[in-house]
Amino acid sequence: METLKLSIWQLRELYKKKEVKPSEVVMSLIEEIYKKDKEIHSYLYINEKAIEQAKKVDEKIAKSENLRELEGIPISIKDNICTKEIPTTCASKILQNFIPPYDATVIERLKNAGAIIIGKTNMDEFAFGSSTENSAFGPTKNPFDLNRVPGGSSGGSTASVASNLCFASLGSDTGGSIRQPSAFCGVVGMKPTYGRVSRYGLVAFASSLDQIGPITKNVRDNTILLKIISGKDKKDSTSVNIEVPDYEKHLGEEIKNLKIGVPKEYFIEGIDREIKEKIFKVLKLLEKEGAIIEEITLPHTSYGIATYYIIATAEASSNLARFDGVKYGYRSKNYKNLFEMYTKTRGEGFGEEVKRRIILGTYVLSSGYYEAYYLKAQKVRTLIKKDFELAFEKVDVIITPTTPELPFKIGEKKDDPLKMYLSDIFTVNVNLSGLPAINIPIGFSLNKLPIGLQIIGNFFKEEEILKVGYVIEKNIKEEKYE
Amino acid sequence: MKEKIIKKEDVEYLGRLARIELTEEEKKKFEKELGKILEYISKLNEVNTENIEPTYHVLPLKNVFRDDIPESSTSKEEILKNAPDKDDDFFKVPRII
Amino acid sequence: MEDYEIVIGLEVHVELLTKTKMFCSCLTEFGAPPNTHVCPVCTGMPGVLPVINKRAVELALKTAIVFNSEISRFCRFARKNYFYPDLPKNYQISQYEEPLAKGGYLEIDGKRIRFKRIHLEEDAGKLLHSETGFISFVDFNRSGIPLLEMVTEPDIGSPEEAEKFLEKLKQILEYLEISDCNMEEGSLRCDANISVRKKGTKELGVKTEVKNMNSFKSVRKALAYESKRQIEILKRGEKIVQETRLWNEKEEITESMRTKEEAHDYRYFPEPDLVPLEINDGWIEEIRKEIKEMPDERKERFKKDYGISDYDANVLISHKGIADYFEECVKLYNNPKVIANWIMSEILAQIKGKVLKKEEIPLKPEYLVDILKLIEENKITVNTGKEILKEVYNTGLSPCEIVEKKNLLQIQDIELIGKFVEEVIRENEKAINDWKKGKQEVISFLVGQVMRKTKGRANPNIVRNILIEYLKSLK
Repeated sequence: METLKLSIWQLRELYKKKEVKPSEVVMSLIEEIYKKDKEIHSYLYINEKAIEQAKKVDEKIAKSENLRELEGIPISIKDNICTKEIPTTCASKILQNFIPPYDATVIERLKNAGAIIIGKTNMDEFAFGSSTENSAFGPTKNPFDLNRVPGGSSGGSTASVASNLCFASLGSDTGGSIRQPSAFCGVVGMKPTYGRVSRYGLVAFASSLDQIGPITKNVRDNTILLKIISGKDKKDSTSVNIEVPDYEKHLGEEIKNLKIGVPKEYFIEGIDREIKEKIFKVLKLLEKEGAIIEEITLPHTSYGIATYYIIATAEASSNLARFDGVKYGYRSKNYKNLFEMYTKTRGEGFGEEVKRRIILGTYVLSSGYYEAYYLKAQKVRTLIKKDFELAFEKVDVIITPTTPELPFKIGEKKDDPLKMYLSDIFTVNVNLSGLPAINIPIGFSLNKLPIGLQIIGNFFKEEEILKVGYVIEKNIKEEKYE
Repeated sequence: MKEKIIKKEDVEYLGRLARIELTEEEKKKFEKELGKILEYISKLNEVNTENIEPTYHVLPLKNVFRDDIPESSTSKEEILKNAPDKDDDFFKVPRII
Repeated sequence: MEDYEIVIGLEVHVELLTKTKMFCSCLTEFGAPPNTHVCPVCTGMPGVLPVINKRAVELALKTAIVFNSEISRFCRFARKNYFYPDLPKNYQISQYEEPLAKGGYLEIDGKRIRFKRIHLEEDAGKLLHSETGFISFVDFNRSGIPLLEMVTEPDIGSPEEAEKFLEKLKQILEYLEISDCNMEEGSLRCDANISVRKKGTKELGVKTEVKNMNSFKSVRKALAYESKRQIEILKRGEKIVQETRLWNEKEEITESMRTKEEAHDYRYFPEPDLVPLEINDGWIEEIRKEIKEMPDERKERFKKDYGISDYDANVLISHKGIADYFEECVKLYNNPKVIANWIMSEILAQIKGKVLKKEEIPLKPEYLVDILKLIEENKITVNTGKEILKEVYNTGLSPCEIVEKKNLLQIQDIELIGKFVEEVIRENEKAINDWKKGKQEVISFLVGQVMRKTKGRANPNIVRNILIEYLKSLK
């Protein structure tokens, strides 16, 4: 069905004009998922109840009732976001049969806007990974090349959007988990400012870094979704009481005299040549539109990975302690006492990468090592954040590559965890600082693999990065980039 | 020969602390991999952090509270629903020792 | 024994009197059926987040103010990581490097027992063990209840002093409606650190930790036993083993825990899901204003202004609600001693130890005063008064309405009483014969019989007098 290739705002129009029924869309979507997703494996769970929900919207439309912003729009949800009465597994054996008794706040907000949850998407187990190969239920493939990874940890979400198996998705980003797979799959993925979107209901990885964000086919759809999920939540003490702008209204604003910073530390040796070329082309395009390109420096960039992996694994080791076979989830069958119940449940229920990160996180918090590792990393974090704060005194947005490489082959990095960690080099510093950032697809490589560009904004200035992304998107379409 | 940053006994101890049973293979693997990772991480020692405050929170939020007002709690059945071992009223766990 | 001195430090946990838990809106009420005051937050479900209960912070600040502690202008919560089935997240949200308050003291008999620190944390759930011992049952009702942890310096010098300290602490915290400090219900828990040293030495001896004491009395007994045990070891020339010992209430001894526990590495780090507290002078002043009069001050005032005994004053000020109630009654009826007696003998039993505000006490001051006035005017007997009191609780009617309804006015009519006395004398020949033989106790028995016939409404003094007259006339 051609309708499945549409964007949210286009589908909305069709609904309003009564040219297509939500139930028809949902049914053909589910059919398509059963057909295509065998190969891609972006979904872990398909919500068959969606058909009934869609039929109710049919009635609403037939009676010409007022439609809410996302009425009848099928959205997929990364499987670490709690959905009431729908299994939420975090792609882990230890949560294999967990059905939350509550909805995450973002889910409540989507439902209040009329959205239909079509299914839960695959991910790296507990969001630990950059390729979705760490899922306990099998990897997701990149829709553009089934031998390659879709990126991670929100690989299922980005693949489902890229292959038109949903109209949009919600993912989560702790060190690049929305942006990097968005780049690998050629979709728009936004990590909002820390505190912009409620974390209540997001199974925590690293509490001081996590954010939920929208993954969409284009920039306009992203603004629609972002507005709906943003805003203060009294259940999340770290969410912020700042007014949510109407992001969509800012699209189309001029970028004349907008200062764009290009950090020299992000254009070092080792970046794929085609990525660099495409980015420079885009920068020229932006200059033509009147923006001013300025070279800036973010001196502590190279310390980002080390800082990130200390803080993130430390917080994760504590956040994942609750998975113990007592209250929910998997429990081992081979134990003699409580201690063994814990150790065997967690030993059998967690995958290798999860175990590795928990051990590392336990180490950096342990007695005798806390100062040298955790405390030290939090101090370097201050310096990384200050780099950005100084830069934003001079420029309005910052543009960088999203990833140093094109989507790699499945299995290529599995045996070298450190190598896998280093692919996050351009995304982690944004999480450490709490800033908003978005991936904008800017074309394809010669062998038709998606290339992405990252725009970083100042605190709570999502509208700035969205508006620049919109300009890029428009121009790319017009110039017919490959 | 350079002293290992982390040894197999350390990995075993950490496994106990984190309540994760590791196979012999895993212990050996982690000893190697974590050693490499920790070595990489030690590059933070190059950074001068004298007089720098740690960033525990990226936003300057303070004093976020809720009022002491009861709200309906979740039913006993819902809370127990996902439990691997339970009876009508309690979660069940094996003996401590 | 005399050449050794005892050094004791206490670690006390009190449950704060908030309506809801520390980090979620579940009820804190004691005694609910298992797992009924729970939600995803206090049962550690995936994805949940804590939000601080403002009232808990206020009660903690109140405590710190009352004990003259130094309140941190800036404090933080921290995670204490360890695994246990009653701890749903397998970490406890507590405070570590930046607690709410440091220092302060509580005075007993002129001596200051200093506090090291006072901080907030959440309680764990409860574990019940099966009879066979193979299974344990977990109830999360208590999980997340706000706790105040108060640690003293090793300033306490004897088991008796430790008991006094706890009693005084309870009196103050109960009075200020911070906690009801009930060890039997678990709203106050106490662990102790104790060591001994030869008098005159400056260094502290090796200390042991004593746990599992369930009442103020067992704290005293446990520390008495432990200090004796330590002194005897030292006298024998041996060394004290630093360890944790459990008080065995049945055998009345302390026993070594003897489990090979690796020293806990709690891996404390600042709680990332909660933002810090900034406490300014304005807030502290607001809370200070809530403390209108300290319990000791009020006690002295009661003794002076109302002429009641030290003992009675102590009981009355144990609950602020009772103290307020007492004063309200005295305003309506200026007989403080009688009012005090009635409160202590009748009303305290009715409220069964609950910490209530004046408005919550289930007998309006006017009603108590009505009853006392009726007694004073001889319209009812004291016993009838007590009956009426119970009726007021049960029905909520006023004493006057009850007297009307049940026709309870005291019988003072001499003729009427005389008739009953005659009846009783006629019906109790044996008793009369005994009296004639000289058994004086018979009189009380016969008075009792008359009271029974009048359903307690006759004035007993009048009955007695009339009875004696009749008996005399029999001779």
